[in-house]
Amino acid sequence: MSNADLQRIDINPTHSYNGFKLRPGKPLPFGATLVPGGVNFSIYSSHATACTLVLFVKGQPQPYAEIPFPEEFRIGNVYAMVVFDLDYENIEYGYRMDGPFDPPVGHRFDQSKILLDPYAKAIGGRDVWGVPPDWNNIYHYRGRLTFDDFDWQGDRPLQIPSEDLIIYEMHVRGFTRHASSGVKHPGTFAAIREKIPYLKALGVNCVELLPIYEFDEFDGSRPHPWEEDKLLMNYWGYSTVGFFAPKAAYAATGRLGMQVDEFKALVRELHANGIQVLLDVVFNHTAEGNEMGPMISFRGIDNKTYYMLTPDGYYWNFSGTGNTLNCNNPLVRNMVLDCLRYWASEYHIDGFRFDLAAILGRDPIGIPLSNPPLLESLAYDPILAKCELIAEAWDAGGLYQVGSFPAYGRWAEWNGKYRDDMRRFLKGDMGIIGAVAQRLQGSPDLYAWRGPTASVNFFCCHDGFTLADLVSYNDKHNEANGWGNTDGGNDDHSWNCGFEGPTDDPAVNALRMRQMKNAFALLLVSQGVPMFLMGDEVGHSQQGNNNTYCQDNELNWLDWALVERNAELLRFVQRCIAFRHAHPVLRNREHLRNYDYVGSGYADISWHGTRAWQADWSGTSRIIAFMLCGKHAKSGTVTDSYLYVAANMYWDALPFELPGLPEGMHWHLFANTGAVPDAYEPGSEPRLEPQHEVLIGGRSVVILVGHE
Amino acid sequence: MAFTCTLTLNNEVAHITLAGELDAAVAPQFRAKIEEAAAAKVTRLVLFMSELEYMASAGLRSLAFAKQKMGANVDIYMVGVQETVAETITMTGFHNSVIMVESYDEA
Repeated sequence: MSNADLQRIDINPTHSYNGFKLRPGKPLPFGATLVPGGVNFSIYSSHATACTLVLFVKGQPQPYAEIPFPEEFRIGNVYAMVVFDLDYENIEYGYRMDGPFDPPVGHRFDQSKILLDPYAKAIGGRDVWGVPPDWNNIYHYRGRLTFDDFDWQGDRPLQIPSEDLIIYEMHVRGFTRHASSGVKHPGTFAAIREKIPYLKALGVNCVELLPIYEFDEFDGSRPHPWEEDKLLMNYWGYSTVGFFAPKAAYAATGRLGMQVDEFKALVRELHANGIQVLLDVVFNHTAEGNEMGPMISFRGIDNKTYYMLTPDGYYWNFSGTGNTLNCNNPLVRNMVLDCLRYWASEYHIDGFRFDLAAILGRDPIGIPLSNPPLLESLAYDPILAKCELIAEAWDAGGLYQVGSFPAYGRWAEWNGKYRDDMRRFLKGDMGIIGAVAQRLQGSPDLYAWRGPTASVNFFCCHDGFTLADLVSYNDKHNEANGWGNTDGGNDDHSWNCGFEGPTDDPAVNALRMRQMKNAFALLLVSQGVPMFLMGDEVGHSQQGNNNTYCQDNELNWLDWALVERNAELLRFVQRCIAFRHAHPVLRNREHLRNYDYVGSGYADISWHGTRAWQADWSGTSRIIAFMLCGKHAKSGTVTDSYLYVAANMYWDALPFELPGLPEGMHWHLFANTGAVPDAYEPGSEPRLEPQHEVLIGGRSVVILVGHE
Repeated sequence: MAFTCTLTLNNEVAHITLAGELDAAVAPQFRAKIEEAAAAKVTRLVLFMSELEYMASAGLRSLAFAKQKMGANVDIYMVGVQETVAETITMTGFHNSVIMVESYDEA
């Protein structure tokens, strides 16, 4: 008998049910997987008593088949079954779970509901953004099969060193939805691809996408408070329906069921242009809300496993959104790990930012753990080993862990203290120069053992004011959200530069422009990983709204006319980014030591004031200046120019005496936010005259380069 | 328009002409032709698609199947692809795996 005559025996049916040919399935992997001749369906539930597979022809209102899992197909708590000869291009699937309905002990089984597979790799049924669903549909979000046949053409995650990253936080829809974007399919993955040349010209090498896992934009939708034809929606998308599926409505081809391909094509093309892709992932809660919310998936499959429940069976709400995913339950932990591994391997994702990540360190009843197993698992996972892992190190339940997030030598954090201290410095607050010096160095006070790359530095992100609004509003203006301006934070540390909101006053507008440049200049010379919000480089305003989670309109959509209107700011940002890329001394992997350890005669970083070598650390100081020694770049392994940065946040001009350079070197002017031109092309900075002193205007930043 | 799919083999070049709507129901016909072409060990696959009006997900899967079945050394040409189909191919990133041309001259 030749090898060709050998046939696998595990690909033949052993059972039948109403004409469907079946055999016991493989419990792993979970989800629906193509196998020879059929589809392997596998799902687990710790408390269900029976499970039924429900099959639909794509888009049909009623199922065409319901196949109960034979009891002998159940292994442990896993229901696994191969169904043969399915038209897998044309089906949608779900499950019915039978079990007790007993909320006080945590069970909410309801066999009348058809439930989405938590491991569904693609989800159909809501393929086009904003099209009102048929609320009578018995099954809204429908599991579909995917095919791992994408032609990656040799692509792999880029593995750019963390210290070299410049992160651009982007909302998929908001980036191109505005009519001014000029793209063919606004608001989609495909449209981002059309804008890659813009990102390249800007100079960022990493985009961080707000949630792209399937979510329901109609979740919590309600009328706009004063514009009758508008709806407030779940625009940001921080409530997941399915963790393994890209949002179909973010794909121009979603209506054709090709969202998986379209998103992979985006990742591949960003990579080809040297741009990494990070995903903002939301594992702290789901779209099912509290006990009043919809039953989509987890609640009906294994409520007690997936959610943190109070002793009487209600939902803990550490996320502020109704429920809390039970991330340190071992089963849920494995699901999170499976999910991230899947995105890293199947989609070539470069890293993840974890929304309200402090929740992931709570135990099943909500108590913060000293050694949270999920965070540890992620940190040591071999598949995620090269991925960025970035925590939003706080939650809505009051756990604030900036600087103390369990890191296992791997995790970075959104540095909320960088944001707050630097904003206060920018607006001229006193008494924080010491803190500012720490922030500029990558916050060694917070991350002494973790290095500067633990610190993702930012002035603004999607949550809060945009940069333009940070310098245009003292107070939030969230009336459009419909809560009487009670939602959103109240600690923005913003300053309107003399007038609240838009103004024709040229002095106010000039100051605002300068303040935006100051923020970018400081951000891009800080050690650590800089991040900024999409549109801040062109002065996008949300009209003072600091919580635009529900605004699917011009408040959030990037107006591409700003590219021309604020070309001055954009050019400045481009040059500051190019400057950072050009100078490794700004991108250290290890903390600066504040002394000379290479024998250059200069400390790696030295501090100055209006007098060289004499920093003003006093409580009334609004200035800070520092020099970076080029011989200490990358811990002394690389030689760079010397850099000098002086920030005068006092309202009047001040002369700054300059530290002397090694023999034969001279200071050259890269940037002066208080002058015209504001910045030069890196590499073509003119020599500064005189060499011993520079006059720095009020609320201005100067950056000098020292070389021969 | 009903889907049709015809294959002609000319030395080491396979020509497949597609017309109508390529969806899940008819994709197996297309795949069978691709298998036939692959079995003939052709060095080039030319898909004439000017009469193809619509391509569902199953169609894209079939193209991915063709690419993998024929191997990396076989160039796949797509000739005269209609705009909507071409757009789908481009948005899903498959355009990088093939050579899309307006017209095709064997010489």
